[in-house]
Amino acid sequence: MRRRSLIAAGLLLPFGARVLSAAPPPQAVTVELVEAAKKEGKVTYYTAMDLSVAEPMARAFEAKFPGIKVAVERTGAERLFNRIGQEVGSNIKRVDVVNSSDAAHFIVWKRQGWLEPFLTLDMAENLPASQRDADAAFVNQRTHLSAIAYNSSLVKPEDAPKGFNDLLDPKYVGKLVKGHPGYSGTIMTATQQLAKALGWEYFEKLSKQKVLQVQSATEPPKRIEAGERAIAVDGSDYLFWMARERGAPIEVVHAVEGTPQISNPMAIFKAAPNPNAARLLVAWIMSAEGQQFIVSLSGQYPAHRLVKAKAGRPELASIKTLPEDPAEVEKNAEDIKTRYQRLFKV
Amino acid sequence: MMRDLSRPILLAVSGLLAAMIVLPMGWLLVVSLTDKEGAATLANFVALFTDPTFVEPLITTLIIACSVSAICCLVAAPLGWLVARTDMPLAGIVRTLVMASLVTPPFVGAIAWEMLAAPNSGLLNQLWRLVSGMPSDEALFDIYSLTGLIFVISCYTFPYVFILVANALDRMPGELEDASSMLGAKTWQTARHVTVPLALPTLLAGALVAFLQALNLFGSPAILAIPAGFHTLTTRIWSLFQFPPKPELAAAASVPLLVLTILLLRAQAAVLGRRGYAVLGGKYGAPRPIRLGWGKGPAVALALFVLAMPLFLPYAALFNSAFSRVASRLVTPETITLHNVRFTFLELSSTMPALKNTFLLATASATLGALLALLIAYIVARKAVPGHRLLAFLATAPLAIPGIVLGVGLFLAYTRPPLALYGTLWILLIAFVTIELPAAYQQLGSAFHAVHPELEEAGRMLGATRLRTLADITAPLLRSAVIATWCFIFVATIRELSAAVILFTSETKVLSVLIFDLKESGDVGAIAVLSLSMVAITTIVIAAANRLHVRPQMRPAT
Repeated sequence: MRRRSLIAAGLLLPFGARVLSAAPPPQAVTVELVEAAKKEGKVTYYTAMDLSVAEPMARAFEAKFPGIKVAVERTGAERLFNRIGQEVGSNIKRVDVVNSSDAAHFIVWKRQGWLEPFLTLDMAENLPASQRDADAAFVNQRTHLSAIAYNSSLVKPEDAPKGFNDLLDPKYVGKLVKGHPGYSGTIMTATQQLAKALGWEYFEKLSKQKVLQVQSATEPPKRIEAGERAIAVDGSDYLFWMARERGAPIEVVHAVEGTPQISNPMAIFKAAPNPNAARLLVAWIMSAEGQQFIVSLSGQYPAHRLVKAKAGRPELASIKTLPEDPAEVEKNAEDIKTRYQRLFKV
Repeated sequence: MMRDLSRPILLAVSGLLAAMIVLPMGWLLVVSLTDKEGAATLANFVALFTDPTFVEPLITTLIIACSVSAICCLVAAPLGWLVARTDMPLAGIVRTLVMASLVTPPFVGAIAWEMLAAPNSGLLNQLWRLVSGMPSDEALFDIYSLTGLIFVISCYTFPYVFILVANALDRMPGELEDASSMLGAKTWQTARHVTVPLALPTLLAGALVAFLQALNLFGSPAILAIPAGFHTLTTRIWSLFQFPPKPELAAAASVPLLVLTILLLRAQAAVLGRRGYAVLGGKYGAPRPIRLGWGKGPAVALALFVLAMPLFLPYAALFNSAFSRVASRLVTPETITLHNVRFTFLELSSTMPALKNTFLLATASATLGALLALLIAYIVARKAVPGHRLLAFLATAPLAIPGIVLGVGLFLAYTRPPLALYGTLWILLIAFVTIELPAAYQQLGSAFHAVHPELEEAGRMLGATRLRTLADITAPLLRSAVIATWCFIFVATIRELSAAVILFTSETKVLSVLIFDLKESGDVGAIAVLSLSMVAITTIVIAAANRLHVRPQMRPAT
């Protein structure tokens, strides 16, 4: 718990000073809500989470509440932000619930008044203040890391990098794969954290290592499992672990410089075409049952007090992480993308 | 004459074309010439041409387009001749298979070639290492390179040229070649002096189509160039639409393409305009196949080798990936898994809506597009209304517009009243019909070139209206061309990614966009399953349409 309050301290920084809360009173998940949600019959869930977790989670919700279909719309957080901007700008009402790996977007959406505050009794009681917005505009669905990892059939453990600076070693030229901050919220957040900790000179040197540039933070895990590159500079850690747990020769490295930490906020849109189903979906995902589902399947770090992290994974508190700062990400996102494109050419 | 219904219909077609093409392009031009506040400016063009991140992709793109065009002609012309004019064994099968390779969306081909020739995990590279003992960090093929990209684009562009060439050679009357042989010319002399000159306009048209395809292609570069660390013009324009979107720069970036394409089209018109190619009268003799003799074996081998590139190898890789947990490993009886199939059809919530949208749109676009192209080709070929040149220009103009730019033009034009179509399937329908219109129009236009107007003139003299003539005389003569065009648009719509990627919303997602989304997250197993299902369904539709292909006069009497 002590660790978690640090996790989202950054997330809530811009609101920390606020005394008055615009949060609505916490609601119970009533039979009426369930009935109203069933009448709507569907809910559209925009997310940046890997499909191997998001789709089974959606099917679990459908099994729990028969008659409500969940349409999962997955893409990178930066794409989601663009899509939602385009759709809202054209007065198209599609998104009910959004969940992404770029916490900065939620600051923007909240400021624009696009988010519908929502809090259940369970969320009020069991989500630490660090895991939710003071005005209940969004909550942190889960936390993951952007870790280094390598394929142990291609790199011997003694040759493996210990941290980010090790990746600049000439012996790793042409052996690295990494995601793109113009696509992925995980990578955007991680790039901001690393640039702050190591400076942009680090990325300048890294760009000379003949890095295979993929888009999503969910792809480096798949690329090193396939053996296309030996080492992932970044990537959603839960996918490295999931691959490892089904027998792939993958080792996760928590960098000596610190590992970027990524919270994954979730919110309901004011203009949601299925507002009741949206509430029910958020209530369920944030309940102990929904959180347990995510943890059991993927081992990401839960927000809910009563749900324990997955056995066999390192405790979050035991990992040296880099501080998360969504407000900084929001301020510098365009600059980060421009600099990155200049260095990596794409 | 005044009661002839044709005039209002012709005017309606012109109006429709204007709405489809002039409106979005007008918005694009306006946007390219204004700054963020809406004041007129040339700053966007200045910004582009002084920016190396724009000039480099422009040069790269020209290199790609020229190389692809040359490669396609070099491959398609001999193959088309072998299939259409010689007694090469398996000619029918080869023709069908080249057509079948056209069913493969280029981005799917690019993904399949990643599975085959990615430097480390590519199956061909692994095989080569096994055979030759090459060390593990060296590669025989690197698909993430300019040559890799040119190769993959050529694989999925040459069928266009092939079809044009083979169809033209089919239509060419055998009498001319017979005459040549009877006058004592050797086979190759006949080929050089009769067949080649007659086929040349088609080959030129094919070269142009290939050039423009390569110029405007988005999917393959997006998949292969970005990991390799370079941009083409289309991927660069696309990157300008990512957040924060800069449509004014993208609009400006499309202007050089527009100018270039107009010049090319004019050049083509100048070349074709000097000769009359009305070689198809009322009846003609079936072409007489040329005997290959000892050349049969090598000819078949060549055809099969060519087909391995777009077809055998990629599909082997897709099948392997569909039933494998990891695409870089060959499936064995122990490792075969239905995981990807289950995931795609039971878990992935976008699968069914995307399949439905795709086939609905493909059918509608093909029907509408073929009709529209037929009408326009007729108007232009017979100079039926004043201003038909403008129609011809409008119908070919979308060639000059990368799909992605057209997508943005449509986005700009149809997100506002009176026609707020964004978010509906209609805007995708408009996009697909507009994009496929030039190729459809060119196909039917060259078919019209080959039908001598004297037959229609006879019909008109006997009192039939223009439409009646079109329906009773011209259409039956063009039947196979129309069906081919329908199939062409159907397939092309399914392959279309670049406009769809701008215009879709979560409820109007099509298969190509779904695959692209899956690609960006590296879910190649699901991509393999989706691609194979898509190709299977498309093949069934095409096969059904081709049953109508048999010309009435060629049916055996019963």
